[in-house]
Order: sequence, then structure tokens, then C-alpha cells
Amino acid sequence: MKLWLAHLYPKLMNIYGDRGNIITLRRRCEARGIEFEVTELEIGDKFVPEAYDMAFMGGAQDVEQRRVAEDFRAIKGEPLREAVEAGFVFLAVCGGYQLAGNYYRGADGEEMAGAGILDLHTVHPGPQAKRFIGNVVADWNGTTLVGFENHGGRTYLGAGARPLARIVTGNGNNGDGWEGAVYRNTFGTYLHGALLPKNPRFADHLIALALGRRYDVVTLDPLDDKVEDAAHAEALRLSTRRSIMPFGGRR
Amino acid sequence: MRRTAAVVAARTAAGLSRRFRAGGGTAFPGLIAERIDPGIVRDLASKLGAGSVLVTGTNGKTTTTRLLRSVVQAAGLRTVANREGSNMMRGVAAALAEASTWDGRLRQARKAIGVFEVDEATMPLVADAVRPRAVVFTNLFRDQLDRYGEVETVAGVWRRAISGFPPGVTLALNADDPSVASLREGARGPVITFGLDDTSLAAGEIEHAADARWCPKCGAELEYDAVFYGHIGHWRCPTKDNARPNPEVACTSAATTDAGLDLAVRTPSGAIDVRLPLTGTYNVYNALAAAAAGVALGVEPAAIERGLASAGAAFGRQERFEIDGRTVHVLLAKNPAGANQSIRTIIASGEPFGLVALLNDNIADGRDISWIWDVDFELLAGHLRSLTVSGVRAWDMALRLKYAGLGERPDVEHDTARALRSAIRRAPAGGSVYVLPTYTAMLEARNILGRWAGRGAFWEADGR
Repeated sequence: MKLWLAHLYPKLMNIYGDRGNIITLRRRCEARGIEFEVTELEIGDKFVPEAYDMAFMGGAQDVEQRRVAEDFRAIKGEPLREAVEAGFVFLAVCGGYQLAGNYYRGADGEEMAGAGILDLHTVHPGPQAKRFIGNVVADWNGTTLVGFENHGGRTYLGAGARPLARIVTGNGNNGDGWEGAVYRNTFGTYLHGALLPKNPRFADHLIALALGRRYDVVTLDPLDDKVEDAAHAEALRLSTRRSIMPFGGRR
Repeated sequence: MRRTAAVVAARTAAGLSRRFRAGGGTAFPGLIAERIDPGIVRDLASKLGAGSVLVTGTNGKTTTTRLLRSVVQAAGLRTVANREGSNMMRGVAAALAEASTWDGRLRQARKAIGVFEVDEATMPLVADAVRPRAVVFTNLFRDQLDRYGEVETVAGVWRRAISGFPPGVTLALNADDPSVASLREGARGPVITFGLDDTSLAAGEIEHAADARWCPKCGAELEYDAVFYGHIGHWRCPTKDNARPNPEVACTSAATTDAGLDLAVRTPSGAIDVRLPLTGTYNVYNALAAAAAGVALGVEPAAIERGLASAGAAFGRQERFEIDGRTVHVLLAKNPAGANQSIRTIIASGEPFGLVALLNDNIADGRDISWIWDVDFELLAGHLRSLTVSGVRAWDMALRLKYAGLGERPDVEHDTARALRSAIRRAPAGGSVYVLPTYTAMLEARNILGRWAGRGAFWEADGR
């Protein structure tokens, strides 16, 4: 068996560890004897959905995000939207999550059209507004997702998308208690960490969805997840920790 | 009167803080001085007879500052410096308070020069207070995005600060870092650039940890004739609107020897040939940054040479301890670009070694540990004799190293001293152990190792 993944804009949308998501998908496939091939698609490259089982798009700084927005909307967005309607597996993190929505209104009030894959929009309340920065724990599918968020934009879901997870600690989409969005087999989230390494059940969920579409395989062999589970548990434990550096800290 | 109160309070706090080992007595006393007299930095800095220099940038601040201190000392000046890497305003305040008499006068003011390492985001505030003669910019990489927001935010902060500098301030800029070199556009005073001409040190492709791959002017993807590390190299924009400036202070040849680096450097005031007791490409840049600042301050080439040659490694950045017949090296690893340089340096030795990876996520480290996924730990495969993981986020590091192919079950030990001891015990006599810590983990590891090696705690290492 083999899965093909399209990594969208890895050179531009790669801020803070998003590569860990690709590394994790590869490791968890290969450990089960599933081949895993990644194709990197940059600005100008065409996206042909039939060639892939899943796509990943990471986060970026505002400057890079603006460069990507136009290409994503005009070149890759349309075929990706059609594929998503048909159940294509797509994971979008942070900036990628924002661009997958209908639009992003920046801190300067300027609006950037999104690809309209997820029914949501994002508004940056202005340069003086507090960024949502910190560790996040959210309830998902009977278990938890752990990660780190760092975003200025507030994301609001429309009727066509439902939240991915319920916030336990952290801010999530806009402070309303929810994190991320789901539509069919497409997942948007603010969680870095990277997300997939220490959320192995979520990683396997994506792999199972992709395998199910191509090979009708729905169950995955269990892996030795001692280290993954320990990292997840440590993140849960530390999420209740308070700041311990009253003096001498650098913030 | 308030001045005196501030200095007295800061000095007392420093003494007490050191006595009770509450963190090296560096930042806390400065904080007290600032609280009592906010003008203390401005006032005391104005008494520095030879002015002051600031060193900022993502990586290399501490080592460059130490090299530069040594350079200006070789020129006969007395330095006032925040030497322990306490690089916010309060660290500068503490250094100035400590160099002052009880009644708020600076000692030996005529020959005194301030050499201050400053945090990237705090640089404008410190520059406004101390009115430096020169500001050195080492490089700009992703680091602590939880604190700074974005890399571009830092570049913007620098550009705004530079546009407000008085025309007498010299900028010393890394020609090989596109976003740093481009700061020359907004300079109102003299600019001196430094860079590496010797392309024999070039790595292959641009690494994942690169950030400034795009032309700061037009946004086109930059082309490279040579990449040294990260996005540092011989760059040009394909639209020809921007390119690496020909550096005034240039390393024309760099050779690695057992003793360190043999460098040949061209400067506007003459050639420098120096044996530097440090290794790694990033230390070539640290030496060039210090040399460029020396040139900007009018230091003679012979004094720059002497200063560089006699400088020790900045604490923890590259330091070795002899313990129980084993050599333990500590190399700071706090962001992707710096960690990659540390990894490339330690695998260059060729011998298998024990590795201790220490990952903390305290505020001074950056709360977000995602960056470990941008580090090329995969390069360590085949070089490790043992692998020990520790720190607040030890399991995250264990997971990263597992996925780097370095072992399914890394040895996790949350107690730093026990982790270090276990790695040292497992090394053969005469063998090496490398410790890669984040910032706060480095302070702790350095303290423990220093005690074991009989050297004393880190704030005593300078012989103060």
C-alpha cells in the first residue's frame, strides 16, 4: 500500500515545527509497511487532486501568508475545494487554516480572500489586540488534543463547518471555547507543537481516512506509542502549571 | 539621592542574590535599580568616557560580546558589560550599577566603554537610553515566536529604531544575512558590513531552518552562490534590486585546526590573522562581528588580533568540563539555526559520543517548543554512543529524537544532575559527552558541571 501527500507551500508556510506533522505521518505509515510519498507544491505549481490522498498546509508569518493567499485562491484552491467535497483528506494548521476559510481581515483592516474550503472567516482585531499565545488542551473524539497556539486572528465558523475540539485550556478559534474546524475529511486547527507527533490518535485518524478512500482499509495496526503518550501526558500535566519566574524572566 | 539609593539597592541585591544562589544575581538587582530610578541607565551610561556598543541579533550575541570585550580591552579600555547574558534593560542597569561607586559615580570613567548584549526587541529602548557609538547586528532567525510574534516583527522593530538613531551611530551589519544586510538602506550614519568570503566553508543546500529566503525589497526568492548555514551566505535577488554587499570586514580564509579556527580577515584598517579558540562557522561570524565593531571603534588591527586570540568561549556557548576522565561539552541549542550549527560542530569531530538533550520551556527559553521539529537532529544518526533526554519537556524531546531515528526508547531522566551523571558514567574513559541545552537548562547544567569539575558556579567563572 502507498499514500501520496501534497505538502502545500512548504518553503513559505513552515513556521515553527509544522514539518513535524509530515515526519509523523511518514513514520506512522512506514512503521505499518505503508509507503508514503510527499510532493512539495510551491507558488505556481498546479495541484492535481487525483495524484494525492491527502494534503497538508502549515502556518506562516503575515508577509509569507500574503504571498501564498493569491496563489492558493487562484490556482490550488478550486481543485482542492472540489476534492474536499468528495472526501479528500486535508489538514490545515494556523495560517493554512485561516487561508482555507472565506476571508482573512488583517490587523490593518485589509481583506484577503481565502480559498473558501472551510466555511469560516478570520478577523485580526488590530495591532493592539492580545495575541492568543500559549499551551492548549482541547477535548476531541473522547480523548484530548494538545498543542501550542500563537495567532492574532480570531476565527469564526459559519453554518457549513463544525468545531474540531472543545477548549479545556487556551483560547482556540476566538475565545468562545472551541478550537479548529471540521468539514467532511478536512481539518483546520491553530495547534502547533507540532500537532501530530504527540497526538498520535489524531494522526492515525487522518491516515485511516486516507487509506479508507483508496484501499477500503479502516483499521490500523497498533504501534508502540509509549513515547508519544508520555509526551501527550506531559503536555496535559504542564497545562495547569503557572508562571514560575517572577523576576529575571525575559517577557 | 535617588541615584545613590538605586545604586546601593542594586549592589546590595546583587550581593544577596549571589550569596543565596538565586540565579546568578544578574537581572534581579538591575530590576530593583530600575524601579528606584528609571533614569539610572541613561545617566550612568552618559558617564562612560569611551561610549558604548550594543550587540543584538538572534544568535551569537553572548559570544560576540565577549570577543568584543576582549578586543577593546586589548586596546586599553575598561569594559562595563552585562556579561552573563542578562540582556534586557535591567541587565544593562545592573552592569552599570555594579561599575559605579556607592554615590552613583562611574569608576575610572575616562577609559570605560560599555559593551552590552541586548535582546532583539529591547534594543531600541536600550539604544535610546545608552546612546551607543555603534550597534552590531549578528543575524536574524526564528526564535521565541511566542514572545516576538514573528521574525518580520523583529526586523520591523530594528528598521524603526535605526531610522531614529542619531547620524553618529555606526551600524555593523552581517552582509551574509539578507534581512540584516538590508538594514543598511535605512541607516542615517556610517555602516560597516562583515561577511565570509571563503566559500570552502559552504554547506550544500539551504536548510529547513532558513528564514529570510525572500528578497526584503521585492519578495522574490533569493538565489545563493554559497550557503554557509540557515539563510546565511552569498545571496542575490534575481530581479537585481538587492544583493549581498561586498563586506568591508571579510574573512578570506578560515581553517579548522585542533586548537580552533585560523582566520585571515581583511579590514579597511589592515589585515588580521588570528587563531580563534573556538570552532564552527557561526563562530567565524561572531569573530567577524567583533572585528567589525572593533574597526568601527577605531581599534588597531593588532589589538583586534590580540583580543580575539585571548578571548575564552562565552559561558555555556561552547565550553568543556573535565569530569572523571571524560570531557563534557556544553553547546547552547535554543532555536533551529543555532541548534543545527551546534549539531554540525559536534559531529565534525568524527568520534562517537554521548548526547544529553535538555529541553525547557520556561519563559526565558520560549514557551513554544515546536522549534525542535525544525532542527535537523537526523544528522546525529550513527554518531551516538548514548542518548539521554532531560528538562521540563523531556518527553517532547524524546519523541523528536525517536522520529529522527535515534532510538525507539530514549533514556528520559527529568532530574538534570542525574541525567548528566548517567551520560558521563556511560562514556568510556577519555570519551566525550555533548550537552545541548535550552537557555535556562544551560544555566542549570553549567552550574552542576562546574561544581563537579571544581570550577565554581557560573557567575564566578569570570573571576569576578
